Amino acid sequence: MVQPLIGRHRQKVVQSVDEALADLFDGASIMVGGFGLCGNPEALIAGVVRRGVKDLTLISNNAGNLGKGLNAWIEAGIVRRFIGTYIGTNEALHRAMAEGRVEVEIIPQGTFVERMRAAGAGIPAFYTPTGVGTVVAEGKEVRVFDGQEYLLERALSADFALIRARKADRFGNLRFYRTARNFSPIMCMAARTTIVECDELVELGAIDPDDVHLPGIFVHRIVEVREHEDPFEYRTTRPRPLSP
Amino acid sequence: MPWSKEEMAARAAQEIPDGTVVNLGIGLPTLVADHLPPERQVWLHSENGLLGMGPFPFEGEEDSQIINAGKQTVTILPGGSTFDSALSFAMIRGRHIDIAILGALQVAENGDLANWAIPGGKVMGIGGAMDLALGAKRILVMTTHVTNRGEPKLVKRCTYPLTAKACVHRIITDLAVIDVTPHGFALVELAPGVSIEEVQAKTGAPLRLSPTEEVAFSG
Repeated sequence: MVQPLIGRHRQKVVQSVDEALADLFDGASIMVGGFGLCGNPEALIAGVVRRGVKDLTLISNNAGNLGKGLNAWIEAGIVRRFIGTYIGTNEALHRAMAEGRVEVEIIPQGTFVERMRAAGAGIPAFYTPTGVGTVVAEGKEVRVFDGQEYLLERALSADFALIRARKADRFGNLRFYRTARNFSPIMCMAARTTIVECDELVELGAIDPDDVHLPGIFVHRIVEVREHEDPFEYRTTRPRPLSP
Repeated sequence: MPWSKEEMAARAAQEIPDGTVVNLGIGLPTLVADHLPPERQVWLHSENGLLGMGPFPFEGEEDSQIINAGKQTVTILPGGSTFDSALSFAMIRGRHIDIAILGALQVAENGDLANWAIPGGKVMGIGGAMDLALGAKRILVMTTHVTNRGEPKLVKRCTYPLTAKACVHRIITDLAVIDVTPHGFALVELAPGVSIEEVQAKTGAPLRLSPTEEVAFSG
């Protein structure tokens, strides 16, 4: 049983990425927010490679793509295990899998996020219809409710969550931007230590209480990083109509 | 003449009634959005956390933080909303999405869907496919009728890893529109100039001529 940490809600703001990541350790499990390259904590991702930890369990929807984002961890050889939902054209991960460098667990996206939500909400396991009759069901308890089969899925927690937010105040109240939100608020709830990289650190009260996307109770460390690449994964456009 | 991809998308768009929330899968189904008449109120859901998805942005207005589940840049329509993935999949599993249009590798005559992995092929991942296949109220499949090697994609039983059991309602291919019924596949419509004989020859299970008849087409 891990000893609960009391009184973590003071002095959360740190001055550098390196300081934010100081207590990372070899073999840690780390959730990283983002859907593909959208909503990545870019400076924290780079900071983990600099930090020199290894044998990590990476929990993230994807593990980077096009040589960007979490591809840096795969290429640095610091990930031993990846838990996520989609690999697609992620050549760095395909290579690492083929060479046996990374063990990969692929799970349905809705189950992936609900397992984390459950962990953060004190629910050890839950039944879901997703995956019944597929390889996902292998080894899992099946139970019938109202004539339909459901799988028992376990909660998924982690040592750390690395999260990108648009705005944070010093308590850790967060706002996210557009579809960069994705898994991030849920991962904040599911990790023992949540480290947030925010584009803008604002005063307490600057975020209206009704506009807080994630209350600061789920955040433990905050570092402001103003510059981001925010790369495009697939830049799709339509032609502008010709003006008359 | 088989339907082109755009003609398939136009045909699929006819399956989307006014006042629906629809999730369009990655690939072929994405094309359907461009064929929805503007007077029809259809709200597009994207499982990465967007409801009220609009078309691709005009050149110069792309935002890398506004994407669809295929990681393509999109826009958000007035009335649109963004939210986290847990809420997004609650919409899906909770049966709040009216229609999902999905791609397929195989569809079985009992409605089983396989669309995420080819045995012996590269592992691409599951993404939202399994949740969508069983969560949406109505599942439409858009696919070419046969594989690149000419093998039927509509089969008696899926040999590829399943996405979900008995979930598909209607299939739109380049050759025909086919329903999954308690009696198996039933022909709804042929692409212009395509014969029943051709469709049956390229289908790996008996094709009924009416959803209510147990009699199979006998060539």
